[in-house]
Amino acid sequence: MNYAVDENGFYGEFGGAFVPEMLHSNIETLRSSYLDITGTPTFQNKFRSLLKDYVGRPSPLYFATRLSQAHGCQIYLKREDLNHTGSHKINNTIGQILLAKELGKTRIIAETGAGQHGVATATVCALMGLECVVHMGVVDIARQSPNVARMRMLGAKVIPSRSGSQTLKDATNEAIRDWISHPVETHYIIGSVVGPHPYPDMVARFQSVISEEMRWQLKEHTGRENPDAIVACVGGGSNAAGAFYHYLDQDEVRFVAVEAAGLGIDSGESAATSVLGTRGIIHGSRTLLMQTDDGQITEPYSISAGLDYPGIGPLHAHLLSTARAEAVSVTDQEALDAALRLTRLEGIIPALETAHAFSALDKIKFNETDVVVVSLSGRGDKDLDTYIKNLPIDE
Amino acid sequence: MNRIEALLQKKKDPILSIYYTAGYPSLQDTIPILQSLSDAGVDLVEIGIPYSDPMADGPTIQQSGTEAIANGMTLRVLLDQLQSVRSRLEIPIILMGYLNQLMQFGIEDFLKLARKNGVDGLIIPDLPMDIYEKEYLTLFAKYEMPVVFLITPQTSPERIRKIDQLSQGFIYMVSDASITGAKSMISQSQLDYFERIAALGLQTPVITGFGISDAETFQTASRYSRGAIIGSAFIKSLDSKNLAQSVKSFIASIRS
Ligand SMILES: Cc1ncc(COP(=O)(O)O)c(C=O)c1O
Repeated sequence: MNYAVDENGFYGEFGGAFVPEMLHSNIETLRSSYLDITGTPTFQNKFRSLLKDYVGRPSPLYFATRLSQAHGCQIYLKREDLNHTGSHKINNTIGQILLAKELGKTRIIAETGAGQHGVATATVCALMGLECVVHMGVVDIARQSPNVARMRMLGAKVIPSRSGSQTLKDATNEAIRDWISHPVETHYIIGSVVGPHPYPDMVARFQSVISEEMRWQLKEHTGRENPDAIVACVGGGSNAAGAFYHYLDQDEVRFVAVEAAGLGIDSGESAATSVLGTRGIIHGSRTLLMQTDDGQITEPYSISAGLDYPGIGPLHAHLLSTARAEAVSVTDQEALDAALRLTRLEGIIPALETAHAFSALDKIKFNETDVVVVSLSGRGDKDLDTYIKNLPIDE
Repeated sequence: MNRIEALLQKKKDPILSIYYTAGYPSLQDTIPILQSLSDAGVDLVEIGIPYSDPMADGPTIQQSGTEAIANGMTLRVLLDQLQSVRSRLEIPIILMGYLNQLMQFGIEDFLKLARKNGVDGLIIPDLPMDIYEKEYLTLFAKYEMPVVFLITPQTSPERIRKIDQLSQGFIYMVSDASITGAKSMISQSQLDYFERIAALGLQTPVITGFGISDAETFQTASRYSRGAIIGSAFIKSLDSKNLAQSVKSFIASIRS
């Protein structure tokens, strides 16, 4: 089985670029140049040195002793939470801002849910001196206010998206509309492995640094490059894509993609796309998405703004439909409980998104010798309000 | 002959085309609006299939779509409403909607029913020409369903030539780099672009849309192309308490 994108931008039946003519020229420019531009030694040198000196890579691979004991397997945490700005999102924005500069773009737009991608975008725009506009749903602006403040301090303009469920899906619609209206000077930095080709592949490549490091780090720790399983949360799927990337063809490495079940899969308030989704088109990509019989995209729900999305990237749709990856869904409450457990066992407060991945460890039976890597995609500073409100934390 | 082609062959004056959202202001308004438009002498209509995530549309069409969905409009309901229309009306009808809705309905079932119920053509903004050619052309041809493609200020001349080859009916010239929405004027750079397209001497007739809102913008656009499409401004002008009259006076204001 081949898991790489094909020349037309498809992973099996999923992917492609279903964009209106207004975006054709921009998408075509990206498609025809992204591999050439990002493949040059100059680009790679700039990218690598920013990841090292600015982001702080390599991110540590940490053996979690007490968590391993609790779950009865060998758990390693890939510490993307220690990156500058606090999540894996910066890996992608560093890559895309360098690309945008090569393309001569002067204005950057982005969508954001949890605000991590918005902060990572605002950060690289400050670094490069480019104008930055971030679209964010009104609901998310309220529940991730520390990140809104960070973006504003970094000089970005945060535009509230008021359509639909006022969350990530709608922020993405508004970013696309913005790009349609400003096609010449603007580059759209998409925050996950979603959207029209070449975005899913381009973002996966920038994030693939995660599994590139995992290989040699695991070798140092355990003597072998391959873990038995990799567990990652999936909103659009970029931290998962980065953590799976260099193991895609190693069938013995098990992939666990963790989705947000919200209040429960059958509650009508969920974002578990692999269970509730069907084939369709969202944000320019043919993939799995939650929709009605009439083809209206469903408004999803999750306590976690970064997983509150009714679709998944086309790579993940392909991995799931070919059974290369398995999906696990985790409710709001289970994620909250897992966040507190990780905090108390390891002294690490994870992002709410990431907490979903940790809850999945309860739902899968591992052997005592199994080496399991969890992608610790981000830190929980932005979620403290939600944690304090919902967890039994004493004064 | 297809009603759109017939119109383009015989009509010498500027073609006035109106876009409106099915099932808005209320569910049963689709056909009465169509009737009023036909009575008012509009040449061509585009009926929008309301969609939850219309990425090329501005606030007016988004809002009318949201309300239409809340009113109970679906693609199936719309096709039902159109069922008996051809016994009364000859005005050419184009349906405009996003690919996801058609996929979910089943593309072939949709084409079959649309053809049967008198639909003359389709505009599917997020179906790019290349994917259409590869995956859908044969099926659409089987049901003799023309697809109208868009061009924009960013579309390259080579691509326009290709669209010209593939187009049936007319080419939809998007007036500016923008989403749909009423604008009050047409800028010099838009005029330069209109002129550039007119000078290409395309075999397919061109009709202009997006941002056309009143008599003046309609006339300007019609100087460079065969006519123009008005959407958001028309939708805004609809008065649910006096639907027929509001349609009549809006069209009169454009033709004046
Ligand atoms: C910390 C963190 N993890 C995960 C995600 C989900 O995104 P993705 O699935 O693209 O990794 C987000 C999104 O905002 C996030 O902030």
